[in-house]
Amino acid sequence: MATEERHNPFATAQPAGDGTTLDQQERERLRAQPLWRVRLKLLAGTLWNNWKLFTENKIGLIGLAIILFYAGLALAHPLLMGRVWDPLIYDPVIGFDPLAAPHPAPPSAQHWLGTDPLGRDVLSQLMFSTASEFILGMVAALITVTIGTSIGALAAYFGGWIDTFFMRLADLVITLPAIVLLIVLGGLFTLDLPLLALVIGILSGFGATTVIIKSQALTIKVRTYVEAAWVAGGSHWHIILRHIIPNLLPLTFLYMMFTVTDAIFAEAILSYFGLLNIRMSWGLMIHTTQSAGYLLNFQTWWLIVPPGLSITLLCAAFYLVGRALDEVVNPRLRKR
Amino acid sequence: MTSSEALVRVEGLRKLFPLNAGFLRAPTSFIHAVDGLDFAIAPGESLGLVGESGSGKTTTGKLLVRLLDITAGHVFMQFDGQVLDVARLQRSDSKTFRRKVQMIFQDPYESLNPRRTIFDTIAEPLQVQNIGNVLDQQERVAELLNLVGLSPPSTYLFRFPHELSGGQRQRVAIARALVINPAFVIADEPTSMLDVSIRTSIMQLMQNLGTQLGVTYLYITHDLAVARYMSTRLAVMYLGKIVEMGATEEVLQRPQHPYTKALLSAVPVPDPRWTRTPVEIKGGISKPIDPVPRCRFYDRCPLAAKVCEDNDHPPLEDKGSEHYVACYRV
Repeated sequence: MATEERHNPFATAQPAGDGTTLDQQERERLRAQPLWRVRLKLLAGTLWNNWKLFTENKIGLIGLAIILFYAGLALAHPLLMGRVWDPLIYDPVIGFDPLAAPHPAPPSAQHWLGTDPLGRDVLSQLMFSTASEFILGMVAALITVTIGTSIGALAAYFGGWIDTFFMRLADLVITLPAIVLLIVLGGLFTLDLPLLALVIGILSGFGATTVIIKSQALTIKVRTYVEAAWVAGGSHWHIILRHIIPNLLPLTFLYMMFTVTDAIFAEAILSYFGLLNIRMSWGLMIHTTQSAGYLLNFQTWWLIVPPGLSITLLCAAFYLVGRALDEVVNPRLRKR
Repeated sequence: MTSSEALVRVEGLRKLFPLNAGFLRAPTSFIHAVDGLDFAIAPGESLGLVGESGSGKTTTGKLLVRLLDITAGHVFMQFDGQVLDVARLQRSDSKTFRRKVQMIFQDPYESLNPRRTIFDTIAEPLQVQNIGNVLDQQERVAELLNLVGLSPPSTYLFRFPHELSGGQRQRVAIARALVINPAFVIADEPTSMLDVSIRTSIMQLMQNLGTQLGVTYLYITHDLAVARYMSTRLAVMYLGKIVEMGATEEVLQRPQHPYTKALLSAVPVPDPRWTRTPVEIKGGISKPIDPVPRCRFYDRCPLAAKVCEDNDHPPLEDKGSEHYVACYRV
């Protein structure tokens, strides 16, 4: 048989005859499924179990519904611009509807959320902005957790001066008022969306997230299975990549959600002060309203409510999903 | 036993933990967790290391697998004619060392990564040491699962630890330790966290596999009954020192050191009419922080005399038939 003839890497292994070798049936059962397919199945099973736990929590589902609603808005905008809406009228930045005057015009059949002081469609602006809010949030969150997880794991595992350096750096970053710093940076440089995502990601990555993830990594580092991996001959990198980081991932994912909230909020504040080099965003919509003098005018509610509500809702949605994930990740928080 | 035929030979093994080290300040106080151990283990035998909590037995185990750095002394291990000094392990030797020496841990709920499947856990030594391809590894792991009594293997291979019972988990841990055919396995109280009902089966399993695969054990335990069952020779530890060592039955039937005698008199006897001879030692085990140079057992010893206080801790002396005792008074 082919399997017997192959070079046996366990040449010193115990010979057969004591019931320790595999019978043919078992051998075939093993070979029937390639390993990657088994792993895929296991992953799917884990995800399905976690999804079931997630759905037990209503606030998580509400958050997810809001996120999906806004994701739908973001995806629908290019379709509407391409097929339904006339770009000359509905373009979020340079569109103008001469028939709807005087601007800002209240909601109508043509403009469901009215027009802004410059005659542009508010709904189109709102939908167009959604995509950038998502991208900003996601990119900032990814940068944050990449930095936070790797620095946290390294600092916890190696300790010593690496630990001291990054923890003191974290103290420094935590002490800095992030929004004020962003405002200063916005004054000094032209911040566009990718740069803003990077700055928020770095600030939050080297700050509190690292400290939290490091503290979790410290509890994993002293587990016996890490010692077992070391005795098995595993290198530092093997232990960090295969044991510590996989056990950090749930927490990492959780902090990703919270960072999205922070990033969207920071963007709104900076846009409101007009410090961002960005075509259109929810914060910029409020900025436009304010600079045209309509901010506290309740007659023109359609200028301020849609972007304001969107910022609140989307931030809340990511926070709610984070809270629900917290319960999935942390069994002690579950009700049963 | 001559030293050349020993698989493991420990000489003057010490481990000190610094206590009050600060920034740019050298520590002035040390815990002498393991303080000058000498023993040898012959191939195929199993040495039981017994002692109460704090006696340094787990630290000894961790030193032998280099989970802790050795402060002083030598640990020579001999595999296939190649002699390694574990205290000064060269990079080239460390590969052999990791293949030949494995450890079974106390708590099966802690020693298996909850996010890794049974296959990944058992195959870990193979994976990190690049032995065989995935199919080989899969077959080898299945073989090991069979060996430790988890069969059919295909039903266990891709389960997660939380789906197994404590006894099954410990079987997995044993399989992980044995998967690369080690010559020397350190078992750190592998049955103490298990239900009494499954202890015996795990001990039997380890013994059978030991003889079947030619594994030499260092069996660390606080339970004299377990030590008697599992080991051919016994070493009794007290505050980082071996106080008595010899063939298991010899030590248990004819204990000579007052500490061993006290340990044995504390073993419960399943006979309601049996009257206990009063335990003669007083107080509890202290911490070996900067011990004064006298017998470690002086404070609690019923035989304590001037000679025990004036001299350093007594050396292990052969009292006949390789029964070593460290005491001035016997």
